[in-house]
Amino acid sequence: MAHTGRRDAPELPDFALLKRLAKDQLIYLLEQLPGKKDLFIDADLMSPLDRIANVTTLKQHEVDKLYKVEFKPVVSVSDQLCFLIRPRIQTVKWIADIVNTDKAAGRVRRYKIIFTPQKFYACETVLEEQGVYGDVTTDEWAFYLLPLDNDTISLELPEFFRDNFLEGDQRWVTTAGSALHLLHSLYGPFSKVYGMGRCAKMVYESWREQVEEGEQKTQQPEIGNVFLIDRDVDFVTPLCSQVVYEGLVDDIFRIKCGSVEFGPEVTSSDKSIKVMLNSQDKVFNEIRNEHFSNVFGFLSQKARNLQTAYDKRRGMDIQQMKTFVAEELKGLKQEHRLLSLHIGASECIMKKKTKQDFQELLKTEHSLLEGFEVRECISFIEEHINRQISMIDSLRLLCLLSLTENGLLPKDYRSLKAQYLQSYGIDHLLTFANLKQMGLLVEQQPGETLTVMESKVGKLVNDKTAGKLTDAFSSLAKKSNFRALSKRLVLIPKSGEEYDLRVPRDMAYIFSGAYIPLSCKLIEQVLERDGWTGLEEVTRMLNGHEFAVTGGTSVTETRIKTDPQRIVLVMFLGGCTYSEIAALRFLGREKGYKFIVLTTAITNSARLLEALLENQV
Amino acid sequence: MAFVTANWNPLGGTFYRKVELYEMGWSLKDGLRECLVAAAPYGGPIALLKEPQRRSPSARPQLEIYSSSGVTMASFPWKSGVVKQLGWTVCDDLLCIQEDGTVLIYDLFGSFKRHFSMGNEVGQSQVVEAKVFHSPYGTGVAIVTGASRFTLATNIDDLKLRRLPEVPGLHGAPICWAVLSQDRQSKVLVANGADLFILDYAACTAVSPPGLSPQATSIVHMCVSFSYKYLALFTDSGHVWMGSANLKEKLSEVETKVRDPPKQMTWCRRPKSQQPSVVIMWDQYLLVAGECKDTVSYPLDDVSVLVPELDGVRIISGTHHELLQEVPAACEEIFKIASMAPGALLLEAHKEYEKESQKADEYLREIKEQNLLGEAVKQCVEAAGHELEPETQKTLLRAASFGKCFLSNFAPEPFVCMCRDLRVLNAVRDYTVGIPLTHTQFKQMTVQVLIDRLVYRKLYPLAIEICRYLKTPEYQGVSRVLKHWACCKVQQKEEADEVIARTISLKLGEAAGISYSEIATKAYECGRTELAIKLLEFEPRSGEQVPLLLKMKRSQLALSKAIESGDTDLVYTVVTYLKNEMNRGDFFMTLRNKPVALSLYRQFCKHQEQDTLKDLFNQDDDHQELGNFYVKASYKERRLEAQIAHLQSAVDEYNKAKNDFASKATEEQMRLLRFQKKLEEEKGEALVGFSLHDTIRTLLAVGLHKQAEQLYKDFRVPDKRYWWLKLTALAEKEDWEELEKFAKSKKSPIGYLPFVEVCVKHHNRYEAKKYVSKVTPEQKVKAHLAVGDMEGAADAAIERRNEGEISTVLSRCSPTTDRALVERLNRAKTTAAKK
Repeated sequence: MAHTGRRDAPELPDFALLKRLAKDQLIYLLEQLPGKKDLFIDADLMSPLDRIANVTTLKQHEVDKLYKVEFKPVVSVSDQLCFLIRPRIQTVKWIADIVNTDKAAGRVRRYKIIFTPQKFYACETVLEEQGVYGDVTTDEWAFYLLPLDNDTISLELPEFFRDNFLEGDQRWVTTAGSALHLLHSLYGPFSKVYGMGRCAKMVYESWREQVEEGEQKTQQPEIGNVFLIDRDVDFVTPLCSQVVYEGLVDDIFRIKCGSVEFGPEVTSSDKSIKVMLNSQDKVFNEIRNEHFSNVFGFLSQKARNLQTAYDKRRGMDIQQMKTFVAEELKGLKQEHRLLSLHIGASECIMKKKTKQDFQELLKTEHSLLEGFEVRECISFIEEHINRQISMIDSLRLLCLLSLTENGLLPKDYRSLKAQYLQSYGIDHLLTFANLKQMGLLVEQQPGETLTVMESKVGKLVNDKTAGKLTDAFSSLAKKSNFRALSKRLVLIPKSGEEYDLRVPRDMAYIFSGAYIPLSCKLIEQVLERDGWTGLEEVTRMLNGHEFAVTGGTSVTETRIKTDPQRIVLVMFLGGCTYSEIAALRFLGREKGYKFIVLTTAITNSARLLEALLENQV
Repeated sequence: MAFVTANWNPLGGTFYRKVELYEMGWSLKDGLRECLVAAAPYGGPIALLKEPQRRSPSARPQLEIYSSSGVTMASFPWKSGVVKQLGWTVCDDLLCIQEDGTVLIYDLFGSFKRHFSMGNEVGQSQVVEAKVFHSPYGTGVAIVTGASRFTLATNIDDLKLRRLPEVPGLHGAPICWAVLSQDRQSKVLVANGADLFILDYAACTAVSPPGLSPQATSIVHMCVSFSYKYLALFTDSGHVWMGSANLKEKLSEVETKVRDPPKQMTWCRRPKSQQPSVVIMWDQYLLVAGECKDTVSYPLDDVSVLVPELDGVRIISGTHHELLQEVPAACEEIFKIASMAPGALLLEAHKEYEKESQKADEYLREIKEQNLLGEAVKQCVEAAGHELEPETQKTLLRAASFGKCFLSNFAPEPFVCMCRDLRVLNAVRDYTVGIPLTHTQFKQMTVQVLIDRLVYRKLYPLAIEICRYLKTPEYQGVSRVLKHWACCKVQQKEEADEVIARTISLKLGEAAGISYSEIATKAYECGRTELAIKLLEFEPRSGEQVPLLLKMKRSQLALSKAIESGDTDLVYTVVTYLKNEMNRGDFFMTLRNKPVALSLYRQFCKHQEQDTLKDLFNQDDDHQELGNFYVKASYKERRLEAQIAHLQSAVDEYNKAKNDFASKATEEQMRLLRFQKKLEEEKGEALVGFSLHDTIRTLLAVGLHKQAEQLYKDFRVPDKRYWWLKLTALAEKEDWEELEKFAKSKKSPIGYLPFVEVCVKHHNRYEAKKYVSKVTPEQKVKAHLAVGDMEGAADAAIERRNEGEISTVLSRCSPTTDRALVERLNRAKTTAAKK
């Protein structure tokens, strides 16, 4: 890697423990239902479960057959059915139907539902309403955290985003609080907690309450600082096209639970290959955070190195050859395999992304971020919609336009929406309603300049009753204030200067030097200032809800940054992108921090927008 | 000090001692004569019921409750039925078992708590005898009726009555019986003459104690040890048989030479006891019988009661309270006359040291030579624990402390703990408190239970002092005591709500882990709702407030608190409760003011009750959401008419919401659907459900140009879109002729570069070239490059003198084949650059 970072960077805690805990508890729960049983698993739990316990482990604990929950009548003949599900009403209803069907057929079975990570009262109500409460036993598998990599942990709850930010349903807040509490009890105590956003505050409070209820342990902290941030603080960043390698792979191939399936076009054979993408993969580890334009250079260098390593064989005597085969060859072969896969993937990305339209798309995005030639951008978006190029991309550009311009002019708003509906159908009327509610795609209020808006927001924040009102409908009243924020925080590096993507000078490299992600910039600023002082203007534009709390443990040594003090847990509520993770890794290397990213799920522009579509239900 | 052994009596290899605990503080006219007496173990309270048989309303018997030292705690006339037996529960509640089988429960201070019955069948036959017993499962009650039937409840807090099987040949009350706790079950052992039976839930089994002396014709008394491990039987021949409670082993048999049935008999053992022994009481004297043939006897001058303890027997008489126990090994070693045990030597050494005599050194040396100093210190510490006199305790502890000085690595904990424990024990043994606990009992019962006992006695300051002194974690210690205090405080009816709330919050302010909701619940139970609400205000965890608020029917407040707590499950609980309690209108109104609860309920309705969702929007006049609701509903319909009907409703709602964009879009959709349907019927082309764009594309693809045109006009499709559509559709069909016609039909709104590019995309360079000339000058270079015409591109670029474009062309030229071109371009580039 080109940048080695500071040598005094602290060591990351070991998160393998989280997996062991989850596994032990799952086994315990399975044992609670002795005897052979069939296990039904929620489709989106399959991959996370696989990371914790494979099929062999499940079989060892008398799981006979495995099924995916597909909302169809079951064919299982087992006397015991066990369901491992997320606490969703729909799934519980399906189970209740199974029980009732069995009852009608006079069939007696035992049913057990294991909710993960917790059960909700609403689910039990459904069981009760369907009259099967007594026939089913329920349990909770406290599987809150899945380590995706040594610095990335996911709650694997993609629905957090929609439920919390669109539906106003706060049920996952406690879950997030419990997840934080789990980390706190294993790797804490945390000495300082910063946060930004309404949900962040609630999660903080939920966690705090759990800490107070539990017993206090004194142990050497492994994680010192925590930063909680809501996704709706920064929607711009996840809506931009990703151009670092890992982000691109996610955008194009969709990384699922830390692993990706490369299709035939990558493997250049007729079968697909599943690859784990993490720091264990040496090749990937070197290129994941790189801007895509550098990746080929790295890969070819790597190929040459590999060749040299292979070439060592020549001129070896028998003994040397023996050690070479025993010790190095396997590693080399493995590396070789991975290298060819990543080269394949890169070629595939190249094919898709070096096309003219992608370049223009990026250009438009950058213009929007800079607020430059907006009319041209609108024409581009219009053409994009008219030519039906991509449903999601068009939507993404519309949202970016609205976010960066603080809403669309009424004329544009109507005409772009109308054109979009012509292209993709009337059902998107509901999508637009959702986007409006989220403040992602809104109409500019006529006659309102930025300053007027600002003072209005300021007034609302001061006035307590009105503050409550805005709380409830915060997303309705929300203005992104992106332009002003970007000016104040200098998110857009000066244009005109040459930006060497090989030697990045700031986090903007993850967007080809065009934009420093707002979320990461906030984190940087707050850590630098050790709080929000001096950022009052910024927090006001972000609708407030910022906080910084020093933990109960004595932090006399804040001046001298001990190792745990420099380990920062960043929790994204509503998901984060691989680009943001890359930016934080960069920031960590620059400033001598180690960031651990804890997210409700890994997201990207497509996932984020798909969650807001209404016609998929 | 010299008299420590004065009250020791040898029995076999061990000694027994009788120590006075208190001179009783009560003044009883007739002592304990004609009294029902119950004293709780572990130095618990004493209950007296004088002349229980008296029934006349003019002279009711008096029920009195005293501490172990005879301090009055309660006294009141007994107005209920005839009491057969008194007993104490493990939490210091008094059980009064009546003749009719009713059991009344009172607290320490004589206030009635509750009652239960030992079964209906008791009624006629009446209770003839009852026993209260303690087991790991709580406090139990066993009764025997006049019909010789036993009924048993193992835990009165979880009442399950067991009627035991009949005993063959038993008529009337049995002579003697006892309750055993074996195999996790309570059983009754009953004697009928010389026959013994064990009654469990299922059966009545005859048993015989091994080696019972054959002279006996009847068993007249029996007792079970504190731990239920040992059993003693007294026969009419005057023999005491001692053995294991499972009747498998005999320990010893002693002949007492007294044939009268004893008044009371109890085991007198201690953990790690050296010999089993029982204490037998007759009217005039007391006898201790052990393994050997000898016995120890004490005269009795007053009616007394024996209270078995874990490590001895307490003897309560009208004037005194004494403890009879086997002298603990450590004490015996130290104080036995002429003992050479290390502890004894150390004590001696310390005495000499205090006298400043050098003999101290000799003694010490003697212990040290045998390497027993550690042992000596340990003995002194242990012995101190067993002594009740503070002076003796001090002497022993001083000796231990002295010995400790000569040891380098002696762990200090046992010594420190003993000092602390003794301080606590001496405090509770004080006459005013009256809990004569021994150290052994204290360790068995734990500090927590001791604190509880003090709390039951309302000795809050002492309890708090002890918690602080022993550094008990606040959560289990001080906070718990304060909570009990507060619960007691809220029952003081004479004080105003405001005053009580303030007092409580002042006292409890600092303490950790206080649950105000529990205190508030107590207040509510006492009928003080207002006070409860005031107290709840202090509860920092809003979640804790909710259940009580619901119970008090403050549902609105409960909902607010639930929302405040951030726990959605709690919010949901309240919502469900409200849904059942209120009428629909009020329910919706309530939700309307609470967005958090509303969104939660909406989420639920989305899956469970679609219609309720509609009602909710209706109630709120939320026409926008209603419109969305109908649009969504329209997807689910398969029939066109139904779809259109839903959409029409949506249009109406959108109109009401003044969202003319949405209403127009929906109207257009209805039009489109009708159009699609019509065409589908006419042309057999699947169209329904397509977007406008897709519909036009499909029409163009199958050559229905006229219809496509019609849609284009009817729906005011932007020209650009239509041109793109037609262009791609024609190119896809490779209908080049039609394309050319189309291109010429009028001036293209999208320019001609797309024509070039689309043709190239379909690999028709020939056609593409046709449009190159039409392209605007700015796009010329691009167009030429697209068709692969280097010359043309170069010409265009040079003509425009645009440096960037020239470079683009240059980068596409290959230096070998296009050498001339490259030169020309380079030249042009320099000129362009000069400008």
